[in-house]
Order: sequence, then structure tokens, then C-alpha cells
Amino acid sequence: MYGLGILKGLSVTWKRFWDTYIDDISWAVSGKKRYRTEEGIKHRSSKNTKGIFTVQYPEEQLIVPEEFRFLPFLVYDELADGTKDIRCTSCGICAKVCPPQCIWIVRSNDPVTGKPVAVPAAYYLDADICMNCGFCAEYCPFDAIKMDHNFDIASTERSVYNLERLLKPASYYAEIRPQNFTMEEEARKAKEAAKAAKAKAAAAPAA
Amino acid sequence: MATPTLTQTVDLVARFPGKVTADERPGYSGFIVTKESLIEVATAVRDEFGFDLLSSLTGVDYLAENKMEVVYNAYKTTGGAGLEFKVQVERVDPIEVPSLTGIWRGAEYQEREVWDLYGIKFTDHPDMRRILMWEGFEGHPLRKDWKEAFYEEEIKPYKSRWPEGKHTFAEDRNPFHDNLNLPKDFDPEKYVVDKEEDLYASLERHTMKDEEGKMKTDSVVVNLGPHHPSTHGVLRVAVTLNGETVMGLKPVMGYLHRNHEKIGERNTFTQIIPYTDRLDYFNSMSNNFGYVTAVEKLMKIQVAERAEYIRVIMAELSRIQNHLIFVGMLINDLGSMFTPAFYVFEERELILDIFEAVSGSRMMCNYYRFGGVVRDVSDEMLQKIKDLVFERLPAKTDEVERLLNENELLVGRLKGTHVLSAEDAINFSVTGPVLRASGVPYDLRRADPYSIYDRFDFDVAVRHNGDMMDNYLIRFDEIRQSLRILEQALKQIPQGPINSQKPNYQIKVPAGEAYGRIESPKGELGFYIVSNGKGNPYRYHVRAPSFVNLTAIEKMCIGTKIQDFVALLAMLDIVMGELDR
Repeated sequence: MYGLGILKGLSVTWKRFWDTYIDDISWAVSGKKRYRTEEGIKHRSSKNTKGIFTVQYPEEQLIVPEEFRFLPFLVYDELADGTKDIRCTSCGICAKVCPPQCIWIVRSNDPVTGKPVAVPAAYYLDADICMNCGFCAEYCPFDAIKMDHNFDIASTERSVYNLERLLKPASYYAEIRPQNFTMEEEARKAKEAAKAAKAKAAAAPAA
Repeated sequence: MATPTLTQTVDLVARFPGKVTADERPGYSGFIVTKESLIEVATAVRDEFGFDLLSSLTGVDYLAENKMEVVYNAYKTTGGAGLEFKVQVERVDPIEVPSLTGIWRGAEYQEREVWDLYGIKFTDHPDMRRILMWEGFEGHPLRKDWKEAFYEEEIKPYKSRWPEGKHTFAEDRNPFHDNLNLPKDFDPEKYVVDKEEDLYASLERHTMKDEEGKMKTDSVVVNLGPHHPSTHGVLRVAVTLNGETVMGLKPVMGYLHRNHEKIGERNTFTQIIPYTDRLDYFNSMSNNFGYVTAVEKLMKIQVAERAEYIRVIMAELSRIQNHLIFVGMLINDLGSMFTPAFYVFEERELILDIFEAVSGSRMMCNYYRFGGVVRDVSDEMLQKIKDLVFERLPAKTDEVERLLNENELLVGRLKGTHVLSAEDAINFSVTGPVLRASGVPYDLRRADPYSIYDRFDFDVAVRHNGDMMDNYLIRFDEIRQSLRILEQALKQIPQGPINSQKPNYQIKVPAGEAYGRIESPKGELGFYIVSNGKGNPYRYHVRAPSFVNLTAIEKMCIGTKIQDFVALLAMLDIVMGELDR
């Protein structure tokens, strides 16, 4: 019979229409909040989701996964006396690997000897050109440049970030990427321990 | 279940002594054909040796040797290895090579592209116009001596970035402070757009004048697009109409052209990976897959076992979400606004959540590396994929089918329109679901298995009518087969390293050439790469399925109603990021 297929299709929309209310009401009855809570957002992006699926940005925001990447930042360690220890050594790997070439680095030289010093004199990142590929963070041998999570940064002007704008503390990095941070810290400690053991072993026969 | 590959050695040199020589440059393969005997050899390649599908046709500019080369890659639709042959011509204008459109119609747009970007003229081509650049453009941009407006250096990394990297804006390097490269003596006051005549003249070939003599009617030229909601981007199609019937049709493309290949040739091998994400932006995973497959072929490296499985899982998830989007957008174009589209978007969102968690980005994944993938998939994520593959997606696919497949309005609209026969589909180099809907079971995962696809048990989805309804239904078949592959891959995935290579940002690739291809959701995605042993590719060509599949659109449309054209465009599943490159 003509129209049966349409009715069959409409039964799907009809079911989904009621699902919306059933899901909302069951959340309300159980006393949980489906909207504007982390639990609710997680439910809406789980395999069991049905009913209203959308997340009402900006009132609600999706929980970004740890690996989410948006624009790089430079990491500094906070020393006990409050100074910033910039991890970047201005080796230039990030500038070389960057596909759209949006990183500019000025290497600083020792005024006396003229030899390069392991700290950048200036660091520019053209945020309008950056394609958020994450290569700089991936290939940095010093864990000095990492990808940020902060994505709502729309502006009407050209955004060329300088060193000051790019620097963020290691504690911030630990906050947005806890797993990666602990992994790297452990690797670094193991490396230092190995180095110390090696130095000790080298020093022992000499003495 | 491995498919037996056909191993018939093709020796063109013995068949055509004096006309064909083997390509003996180190790292190269295939044959070099003389310009004069090209038609004869190509006919034999198709008719005697059975290479019925011309996959890729592209040019290479060997500036140092003062030569231009046209490279042809032909395959058999019954499967097996391909045949590569080349024509070399002196690099002195006018450069002319005979056109192969008489043998493979699929060469038509690709030859136009080579003319546009390399300035190699194909004699006896039915419609030798520019295709990506606009008429009146100065020069041929892929030639090695052509420089773009923001030209800084021949290859990346640019020396100005480090160690004395003072930031400058790219537009300050250009005297116009803008992305412009105007011809000499150009006066904007006096410029008149006159090159459109060529386009309309090319349509005239199909315009039938009044034959009955009873009533004289003029044909009408209609331009669909560039800003038409159904063109999925900026594609313009010039159509001549007799009433509602299409008499002639020519797509006009290039509005999104950015010369991806020139950018690629400036980039290092690694730097190209994120750029491939931007080709078919729905399937960045597949694009990565195709590119790394081609480069790995050239580097002759093994891929880590676990990474192979991760690659297949991601590529198949990508295929599922692509086909779901396809269904949603098709129905959207046909006028059922948004309800089905948003139903399928939910499933796509869940798949994109997985991509985001493993790669860091929803659409621009940049996930594959030479020898493996960038990072491991956690057990938690694998569980999430399993939940989707084993529980949610099969049920949701059924739901979409229940919603749409028997809908009388949809069936009435799709059944029996725009039939593409198997012969035509092969002749026009159509690949992917559109070819398989015409009854040709040609799927690279079976026909020329790459990665680990020979380990999985799945069927090649095929339908036989070649009409729009089959084109539509085959997408659901493919989703089901992808789910089958995923189920097996998720059960078999081993533990282990995820990359066989050490991380290296300056990869050197041995000199030579390679044509790597994969079955992307839209068809055969091929990458032709020439390396001269340095860190940057000498030639980087993308054989985009959207672009080549569009060659058949004229054939499919003539004699049909203009309203159905919108459905056809959605059916070919074109993506402008890939089509215009």
C-alpha cells in the first residue's frame, strides 16, 4: 500500500519524540540534573544517549579529552625563589617542523663569548597561521612546548603571540594533561637517576 | 581469506620494440613510451593487456633535465598490480602530448588539470580549457620555475624562522600587500570578464537545435552555484536546458583551489601529513592513511603490528561516519530538511569523540605517522569503540534504514534515475561506491589489498542497477561491511609498539617514485610521490576520488531532469576540499 513506508519512517521519528521526554523525566524523577552538569554532559556523549543530544554552548561546554590540542604554549617551571625557569632552549626544532611555519625564534647569545645560550631571546607564534597540528609539542625534546586546551579565543585583530603571552606554568600543564605530565615526569626522573648512576660509576674507578 | 592476486607480467618493451623502453632511473619503475606511439600503446594496454581503469594521470616537471613527463597509472578492475607508463617531452613551449580521452574518458578532467598546472597541451582533447585556475591566469603554477605571490624559499623549513626569527607578515613581502600576482600591463579599470565565452562555447556542443520544426525553442543557460546549498561548498555548474531537460552540462571548479600540491612540494614529508587532513575534511583519517601508505612504499618500511590494526579501525570508523553523513546530506538536499541529517549526526559525533580522544582533534586528526601512528589507543578508548561497534551502530544503522529506505517519496525520486552502466563507469575512471553500485565489484581492500585488509573476512558491497537507489543503498551495505571488519579488528588487535620507526622530524626518503592508493570512503585515493632523496618531495600529486568521479557527471545528466541533478551531486559524494585541492 502506498504510504506504508512513510508511516514506517514516521514511527521512528515518533519514537524519538517520546524518547526525549522519557529521558528527561526519568532524570528528573531520579533527582539528577541532565543539563549543565558534568554527569549530564557525559551521559549525552555516551553510547546510551537518547533524547536531547545537543550541548548548549556556551552555557554548557563539552568536556575536552586530555589529548585535545589547540594552539601551543611554552612551559616554565616555577623555582623555589619565584623565578620562571623557561624549559625552551631555543633549539629551533619546533620552528623547523612547523608545517605552516608560524613559529619565529630569536636565539640569545652570551654577550661575552658570543656563544648561543639555552634560552630564547624572543619567541613569536602567529596564532592566525597555526593549524593546530601539534607537531611542535610532539617533536620537542625538552617538553618545553605543549598544546593548550583553551579554544574560545576569537578576536578581531591579528594574533601574533610573543614569549610573554605564550608562557604558562608547569602546574597549568599538569592540570590540563595529568596523564602526560606524570608520564613525562617519571621519564625525566628515571633519566636523571640513570645519569647520576652513570656519573657515580664513572667517578668510582677514578677515585 | 586472502584474495589471489593476478600475476601476469606485462612486457611492453617486447611488444613494442623501439617504441617503448623500460624506465631504468633508480627507484623508478614502469615504461617510457614515445610520444608518437602513445595512442597505439595505450590502446594495447587497455584492449590486449586488460588494464581497463585509468586510475591516475599527472605531470612531472624535471626542470634540471629540461623535460616534462606525463605519468599514467592503469589498473585492472579484476584486481592485481597496475601498469605505469610515461611520456617524456622536451620542456619547450608549446608542449604537446596526444590526449587519451578517446581510450579512457576518465582522462578528460585529469588532462585538463595537467594543462592547467603544467602547461602540457593534449592534442585532440575535446575541451582543452583550464580547470582549477581561472581563464586568463598567468602561468602554470606547478612548474618548478613558477613562484607564488608569497614566495619565500624553495623548500621548508625557511631560514628566516630560526635562529634570527623576527616575525613578519607574509603580505608585507608582496608589493601589493595582498595575495595577488597580476599579469604585466594589467589595468583593473579596463578589465572585462570575457573568458566565460569558452565555457559556454564548450556547452554548445551538446545543444540540439529544434528538429521537429513545429515550434522553435531556445535553450536556456542556467548557472547552478557557486553558492547553491546543494553543491556542498563552492561548485558551479553551467547547464543548458531544453525546458526542464538537461542538454549540456559543465562543472566549473577551483573556487577552493589553493594548490595543495605546490604547498606539498615546499613542505617536508612529515609536514604534508596535517595538510592531507584538509583534502577530504570528513575523512582525515583516510587521507593520512593514503599518504603514509605511499611514502612507506617509497621508504620500504614495515608498519608496527598494533599500529596496522589501529589504522584499520580508524579508517573504517571514518568510512561509517562518512556514509552516515552522506545519507543525511542527500536527504537534506532532496528536501527533507534536517531530521534525518541530525539523527545521523549523533552517531557521527560519537565517532568524532573517539577521534578527538585519540588524535587530539575531531576533524583534522593528523594521526598517522610513517611506520605507525602518533599515539596509542587506551583500553578505555578501545572499550568505547567496542560499545559503538557491537551495540550502538548496528542498531542505529537499522533505525536510519527503517526511517528512510521504504519511504515512497524517496524511492520514487531515486529509482531508475541517472543510470550509469558498468562499462561507462569504468571508462570514466569512476571508483568507490558509485562504481560498485554499477555492478563492478572493485574494492581496493580486496582488489589490491594494502595494510592488513587481506586478514579480514568481509564482502565487497556490490549492487547491479547503477541507478540512484542502488547508489544510496550500497552505502548501507558498506557500513555493515565496515562494522564486520571493525568487529574482527577489535577482537584481534595485539599489544605492542605503535611505531616501527624512531621519532624523526627530518625524514629522508630514498630517491624514486611511488603510487600508493587506498579505498577511501569516496573512492580510490591515490598519492603519486617522487623523491629525489632529500627531505622534501620533488613531486606530490593527489588523485582525488571526488575530482575524478565528477568526470562522469556530464554523461549521467544529459537527458535527465534538472531537479534530479541536485540528488546526483549529493550521490557522487563530492567534497570541495578534495575536489579543488
